Amino acid sequence: MRVAVTLTVNGVDHRLDLDSRVTLLDALRDGLGLTGTKKGCDQGACGACTVMADGKRVLSCLTLAAQCEGRAITTVEGLAADGVLHPVQEAFVRHDAFQCGYCTSGQIMSAVCLLAEGRAGSDAEIREFMSGNLCRCGAYPNIVKAIREVRDRMGAGDRDA
Amino acid sequence: MREFEYVRAGEVGQAVATVTADPDASYLAGGTTQIDLMKDGVLEPDRLVDITRLPLAGVARDGDVLRVGALTTMEELAADPTVTVRLPFLREALLLGASVQLRNMATIGGNLLQRTRCRYFRDPTVPACNKRHRGSGCAAVRGVARMHAILGASEHCIAVHASDMAVPLVALHAVVHLRGTGGERSVPLTEFYRVPGDTPDVENVLTHGELITAVDIPLLPPDAHSTYLKIRDRVSYEFALTSAAVALRFDGGVIGEAHVALGGVGTIPWHAPEAERALRGLPPSLEVFTAAAEAAVRDPFTVEGTAFKVELVKRTLVRALRTAAGGAS
Repeated sequence: MRVAVTLTVNGVDHRLDLDSRVTLLDALRDGLGLTGTKKGCDQGACGACTVMADGKRVLSCLTLAAQCEGRAITTVEGLAADGVLHPVQEAFVRHDAFQCGYCTSGQIMSAVCLLAEGRAGSDAEIREFMSGNLCRCGAYPNIVKAIREVRDRMGAGDRDA
Repeated sequence: MREFEYVRAGEVGQAVATVTADPDASYLAGGTTQIDLMKDGVLEPDRLVDITRLPLAGVARDGDVLRVGALTTMEELAADPTVTVRLPFLREALLLGASVQLRNMATIGGNLLQRTRCRYFRDPTVPACNKRHRGSGCAAVRGVARMHAILGASEHCIAVHASDMAVPLVALHAVVHLRGTGGERSVPLTEFYRVPGDTPDVENVLTHGELITAVDIPLLPPDAHSTYLKIRDRVSYEFALTSAAVALRFDGGVIGEAHVALGGVGTIPWHAPEAERALRGLPPSLEVFTAAAEAAVRDPFTVEGTAFKVELVKRTLVRALRTAAGGAS
């Protein structure tokens, strides 16, 4: 059955007519062509599909698109501003915080939120509050390094991070 | 996933009326269980009533009771300042469950109603599951059962209720507020869940269409010491093999007040009043804690895969009691 939804993604409104079964993940990828958000397990176990809804990290694979009417969705495509990478994206590149890259956009979305939540105080805290994002290549040490670096730069006064 | 009609509820009474009138309708809140099981073909509602816009979120303190709206998320409740100070073991249980992403979605009402992780329940191609089809048998009792229950279990069903949050809540005698078409009622959480018996498909006292609107949580006394200990196969983002929620308040040199419940081992969040009685009035000691653990784990039902949990959960409870008592000195 069909449902009319206006999705606000990275600040842009999209009027969509969807099957009620369509998840936010599938609407982003197949409906809007925003393929940065990845489909990993599609059952809420891996974190690859992490996006922000009203500034909070959620799993787009277990969210119906129809539920997102009126909510501000941010995907990995929405992080860079004017062609300049977000500091977390930059740090992931600098620290080689990925191998195959499939989990990376979810890791980055989660890391951006983790920093905003103030949960990057120690390596142990970073690991705990990033644990919803699995990396089967095992890039975890460099992911932690990248997050730590952005945290330290924020602490030095770079609040734009 | 089977087709369904999506309905966005604008008002509580209307939502309750809509679901009550349609035996194949379900509520949709955080979706972390509902959507998952619909993808798997375990749940097949013909109508989903999205209640996430209803005014049922938020935490308010009334004296020594915290009233938590059913749509409050796990992250929101964990961040509540009263929870941090007066219900620290609830905060621990919340933050040891799932991941931040799931906790931003999952609601308190939905957490209480989450379905079991039993792989045989979650796989409709397995014919034997009394929880899916009453009388069809239980594949888990002869299957891979490491994550299954030993308390409240039988050959009919050994599926665990996997909530961490509900473990301290049953220890605290939280009260669930329900809204039906006939009005409102309140049920103590210790009487909310049904042990499976020979009807594992009946998991709680809710009638179809009844909606959890709020949960009242009694605060611990300011001088109580509490802890939630969760034992699992990996250090984070994993369900419990065993867990224990413990709160103690000391009265002179003896335990004046005790709250004890177990997780990861029960077909329902497992309140252990026998353990509480074994603790009250006695000075804290390893002997007393061990006796309480023995009292808590009476008549376990085990299969090959779960036999290890009998000893593990006793040790889990003893260690949690030692931690709580250590905080008293």
